[in-house]
Amino acid sequence: MAKYGFVIDVEKCTGCHSCFLACKDEFIGNDYLPTAAAQPDKGHTWIKLNEVEHGAGTKLKVDYIPHMCQHCEDTPCAAPAPAGAVYRRADGIVIIDPEKAKGCKSIVNACPYRAVYWNEAAQLPQKCTMCAHMLDNGEKTTRCAEACPTGALVFGDLADETSPAAKLLAQKGAKAEVFKPELGVAATTRYISLPKPFIAGEVLLADKPGECLKGAKVTLTAKDEAACQVETKTDFFGDFEFKNLAVNKNYVVKAEYEGYYAKEMTVRTYASLNIGALMLEPR
Amino acid sequence: MADREQVFTNLTNGGPISVYVRDGKIVRVRPLQIPEAEYKPWTIEAGGKEYSPPKAVRLSPPAHAERNRLESENRILYPLKRVDFDPNGERNPQNRGKSGYVRISWEEALDIVSGEIKRLTETYGGSAITGMTSSHHNWGVVGYKMGPFSRFMNMLNYTPVLDNPDSWEGWHWGATHMYGFQWRLGMPEQFDLLEDALKHTEMIVFWSNDPDTTRGTYSGQESAIWRVWLKEKGIKTVFIDPFFNYTAAAMDGTWLPPRPGTDTALAMAIAYVWLTEGTYDKAYIEEKTIGFGEFKDYILGVGDDKLAKTPEWAAAESGIEARKIIALAREWASKKTSLSSGARGGEGSACRTAYGTEWARMMVALQAMQGLGKPGISIWGTSMGAPADSDTWFPGYAEPRGQMGKSGVAKNKLSLQNKTKQRLFRLTLPEAILTGKEDFWGDGFCGQSLDQQFVHNTYPMEGHSTVKMFYRYGGSFMGTMSDTNKWVKMYQSDKLEFVVNQDCWYGSEAKFADIILPACTNLERNDLGEWAACGGYTTNAHIGNNYRVIVRQQKCVEPLGESKSDYEIFTLLADKLGLKELYTEGNTEDDWARLFYESSDVAKTLSWDEFNKKGYHLIPVPDDYQAKPALRWFAEGRAVDTADAGNPKRGTDKAAELGTYSGKIEFASESLRQNMPDDEERPIVPHYFPSWEGHRSEGYKKYPLQIISPHPRFSFHTAYDNHTAWVNEIPLHRVEKDGYQWWPVRLNPADAKARNVKGGDIVELYNDRGSVLCIAEVTERVPAGVLHSYGCSAKYDPLVPGKPGSTDKAGCVNLLTTSRMLSKHAPGMTPNSCLCELRKWEG
Repeated sequence: MAKYGFVIDVEKCTGCHSCFLACKDEFIGNDYLPTAAAQPDKGHTWIKLNEVEHGAGTKLKVDYIPHMCQHCEDTPCAAPAPAGAVYRRADGIVIIDPEKAKGCKSIVNACPYRAVYWNEAAQLPQKCTMCAHMLDNGEKTTRCAEACPTGALVFGDLADETSPAAKLLAQKGAKAEVFKPELGVAATTRYISLPKPFIAGEVLLADKPGECLKGAKVTLTAKDEAACQVETKTDFFGDFEFKNLAVNKNYVVKAEYEGYYAKEMTVRTYASLNIGALMLEPR
Repeated sequence: MADREQVFTNLTNGGPISVYVRDGKIVRVRPLQIPEAEYKPWTIEAGGKEYSPPKAVRLSPPAHAERNRLESENRILYPLKRVDFDPNGERNPQNRGKSGYVRISWEEALDIVSGEIKRLTETYGGSAITGMTSSHHNWGVVGYKMGPFSRFMNMLNYTPVLDNPDSWEGWHWGATHMYGFQWRLGMPEQFDLLEDALKHTEMIVFWSNDPDTTRGTYSGQESAIWRVWLKEKGIKTVFIDPFFNYTAAAMDGTWLPPRPGTDTALAMAIAYVWLTEGTYDKAYIEEKTIGFGEFKDYILGVGDDKLAKTPEWAAAESGIEARKIIALAREWASKKTSLSSGARGGEGSACRTAYGTEWARMMVALQAMQGLGKPGISIWGTSMGAPADSDTWFPGYAEPRGQMGKSGVAKNKLSLQNKTKQRLFRLTLPEAILTGKEDFWGDGFCGQSLDQQFVHNTYPMEGHSTVKMFYRYGGSFMGTMSDTNKWVKMYQSDKLEFVVNQDCWYGSEAKFADIILPACTNLERNDLGEWAACGGYTTNAHIGNNYRVIVRQQKCVEPLGESKSDYEIFTLLADKLGLKELYTEGNTEDDWARLFYESSDVAKTLSWDEFNKKGYHLIPVPDDYQAKPALRWFAEGRAVDTADAGNPKRGTDKAAELGTYSGKIEFASESLRQNMPDDEERPIVPHYFPSWEGHRSEGYKKYPLQIISPHPRFSFHTAYDNHTAWVNEIPLHRVEKDGYQWWPVRLNPADAKARNVKGGDIVELYNDRGSVLCIAEVTERVPAGVLHSYGCSAKYDPLVPGKPGSTDKAGCVNLLTTSRMLSKHAPGMTPNSCLCELRKWEG
């Protein structure tokens, strides 16, 4: 039995919105009963890209997180629904039945990922179906994955090790995670390289402020977890960066260079940080 | 569902598509469905890895919404006449842009248009008629603008309006005088630079370039995977751009945002570091270039201005710290560095600023100092340069062999027979109409020779009439040209006795016409074409794709409403004028398609019937393919060996030379020295001049915000904007508020705070030239003092219709930009030298 799923490599998503448009093309005005009724002309984004701009000044990152129904094993959206109105198929696809779910608006708010949309005209809750009608017709992909130019959005049968999604999971599975695991609903979509806070800055020498300092040692220590320490060197611009940090933790950034006094700065990762320049005084 | 469903093939400006039709209606559009087994992908080996593209075609984003665009509520469905236009009585030109329209029959519309053509040509001659097209809204060798439109208008001996090289001005008017490539309109060849970069390049400096957004023009997202490879390979990237662009976001490079218009100063400081530290390729300079001494003197401050172009000086101009400039210069010189200064190598918004010629020349200068053409050292946009067959010829719309007015397949080569020599120039068309006279330098696209730029045209030309009729085909310049309130004034002039607009959608100019004619899209007619391969001055443009794809563009549905193909419209008009046989030669559109196909090399191996049945054809890369990277031949002193078919020195005894007068890279330009030695704004050696509309200009005191308006991300110029509701829904293409879809302007949090503006506010951008409403997007992606808003709104929606200067609600930021050109003798547009202010709109 197939086990369909998305594996999403956020690092590769450029925010092109091809998936967003391809999804609209597939579903607007087109009924695919019994898995989907037509999407309304406007307002639904069964797949959307959440833009995350973080950092400040020239130490900036912009990431895009493809967001759609996570096809959870626990189907929390089924809770308020009449019997059989929301069901998870054996192949893993969660379907909101376009007939039985009619009028049940509470399904929209039962989704903790906010991936269900209300069709006012049809009085229907609607969402991503993993293009079930195409799969049932023998196709191997969804419209969104087909449109993705970089391999950021990969779909396939996770039970088939030759499928693109299974291959990507095998390759980068160690880094794969669930979006918002704290929701505890056994989402099946896997994300690789979800954006996390970073700390970036520059190291300068007080007696040579007109030169970029390459090769200064910069150490990051997590204050709350003593064992956690990472080290890097400044690049030719004198810049350093620590990526993939935890949110809302205290960190100590320490810059060192031979012949100069080390300098420390304690910061907290409410969000990504550009801490500016650490100016080292000569010994 | 399969029983009633038919699948057609077609081609858009963003890639090839499969069109699924049920009951005469398009139900879905997918990337062209080609069975995997038919793909024969190339492989590049580099650094112990093999790189090979996916077996699929990667469309430009909006091409996925082609169905939605076709059925747009903004389609023009019927012939229309302005209510207060009477060709036999009051014409009321002053009401163009104000008055409404009434539906008329095709018969009446054709009678009016042909009647006006007859009246004007009989009274004044053909030169009284002018006309011009917009670009890119459709695709196809038979139906593209240079086919039916051009054939018809030339038959009338009309006065053409010459295009300016709008996307690559500085390269055209500047870089050509340094390294030639005038046959590519100033942009460098890009052959095999993907392989060269993967094998050799250690750093890429993206300068005013966002290839993930501009996509090699027509190549969809084929090159997106190349940049994934480059990133995974760990190649360092630096982005010099006032906007933290989408490619910078994707590649996570270092961002250096200069003040708009100061890029040339930054480039000169890099040259200064190399000169003073001796870190440039002296042997290359000695052998391959001339005039370096004069250039060196200017940079070091012993030239005419006695100003050393030091990093500290450039820091004061650009806002980039001197230490960052020095660090970049040193790294650049110590690594094999590719300069990515525009989608096709050349282009980039910095080339559309005051003195943009000088920036483009400096881009060439920098890479020349590092040995341009040596392994890994290139000028490369990162969106062209895949391995590809270059022996199989297929017609492209921009080459004579691909145009029904000029091709050998035509019996009457009408486009070659236009007896009118008078010309107008797009950027000054409004002035020409309004004042009745105009003069301009160059011939628009000066691809024939360097000397063509020094031609001086005068309007009206002796023995010719001023123009009295404007046949507008397409029409969206309110959102793409400069200082566009002047187009409103032009349209309302009584000197234009008659205006026609022929388009598929209501563009921003449609409702300035007296008669509007509904054209159909290329999904509603038969045609053929090769993906991305426009031909002409961009030969082999298919190297932006991973595969060469030839498509039989099949009519998928009947034309909507009463719309007709352009060819049919011009045929009907020709019939009214008694010129039908001359115009058509008895050919239907499909006859032309077949004639073009059979003139191609593809027909030698695949019959028309087979091609017609299958709908597409892939031209594979030859098994024995050998990479011949761009300009390697020049660096190695060999005859040109790339597929750059337009290079006029190929096959001559000068085949190892560039297109400059000397055949070398000219740091001091001989073509400028010989033709315009006293031009102080485009001097013999590249110079830096503070912008006449920048942080040092007088206007800055009143309007201290600099707005840049580069090419857009989710539409193709104006194509797909406004007419494609799904595209309008993409966040930050447009943003809906209170039921209106606003055009975004990006501004820095500091500027927003100072003006009490927050994200999502409707704001007014204004200066002495115009006023535009946008929705504010507060972001760190622009530095303080800079606004970013894409220059390509397809909608013009003034608060007071038809009133020049009225505040536009729809985001035509071009209303704010200046008419002033790059410089006195370089008539290029400068939308990225623009000062304005911004305030919360509370009206």
